[in-house]
Amino acid sequence: MTTIILALVIGAAFGFVLDRVGATNPGYIIGMLNLKNLHLMKTIVLAIGVASVLTFTGLLIGIIDPGHLSVKAAYIGVFVGGILLGVGFAISGYCPGTGLTAAATGRKDAMFFALGGLLGAAAYMGSYAWVETTGLLDKIMGGDSTLGTIAGTTYPALIEGVSGEWVGIVLGIALIVIASVLPARLIPAK
Amino acid sequence: MIKSSAVGGLVLGLVFFAAVLLVQPIGVSTQFVIFDGILWDAVDPDAVVESADAKSGYASPNAYLNKSGGKYAKDVANPLNYGFVFVVAMLIGAAISAKLRGGVPTGERTMPAVWRANYGDNPWKRYLWTFIAGFIVLYGARLAGGCTSGHMMSGMIQTATSGYIFTIGAFLSGIPLAIYLFKKEA
Repeated sequence: MTTIILALVIGAAFGFVLDRVGATNPGYIIGMLNLKNLHLMKTIVLAIGVASVLTFTGLLIGIIDPGHLSVKAAYIGVFVGGILLGVGFAISGYCPGTGLTAAATGRKDAMFFALGGLLGAAAYMGSYAWVETTGLLDKIMGGDSTLGTIAGTTYPALIEGVSGEWVGIVLGIALIVIASVLPARLIPAK
Repeated sequence: MIKSSAVGGLVLGLVFFAAVLLVQPIGVSTQFVIFDGILWDAVDPDAVVESADAKSGYASPNAYLNKSGGKYAKDVANPLNYGFVFVVAMLIGAAISAKLRGGVPTGERTMPAVWRANYGDNPWKRYLWTFIAGFIVLYGARLAGGCTSGHMMSGMIQTATSGYIFTIGAFLSGIPLAIYLFKKEA
């Protein structure tokens, strides 16, 4: 029951904040991708940096259960899938989370995105047995690896002997700096 | 809307951190599969069945729902699970936020201004393309095993190798294509 309450609270907070930062507006996503309005890129890079610093600091001082981490496996399909997602992301200005939340805010084009998404997910369900035979899902780079070793987890380290917590904190700070120095746009206005 | 990316990024980062602190990293795209499974199970009771042999206690004739000991099959059979409730709550949160800021302006409801500037005002043309894009995005996300939230954000937060691979792939196609498609500004 506690889990369901947490799902409600964190889920609602996530949806609320996605809308507040402008992520439910495909115009901002397209601006991030065509480099003419980096508002969302600055927001996202900062969010990743902040969450990374807090997460790894929390792990170091012992307030986060390492079992809460969930690192996904690396395989060629991650890259291919990323490329496919990028194509649809650019056409529509939506990704799975922002598409659903945009539909909830009343954007009709996002509702069509969500319908297409349900069909695309069903198509993947149907083709999964075949995809498995292609080797696209075979693990690479240690599978569910992280950059360094994170205490209390069994995730293999990409760079052996390096503290995963400190890598996370340093990279997190680097992302915060990048977010603050990124300009408002990279492609100048005509 | 939060106009400052510094404030927005901080708040968004805190939500991602809270998720890891309290439960698990945020992810969304799996729930498209779970919802498909729920619909399938509603019309075909054999889509997901209880199975003493499966690790999760549930099995499906579909190889994807059946993978990892039937963990997706179990979620389909029990929609009141963390991941699915999270996404439903996410929709409610976004709807409340939009309501509080007075809703999405009428012209924006069919398409963003940048689409109108480049491709005209026909809503059905926009709907067709967002439908196709949704198909590609979710097929890709499921192939990758995660999306912008699960791989790009939660993945890079945890310094996951897969998160970086995914992010490189997504921007490698997304940036050039968006530059090509949207030459005129809104």
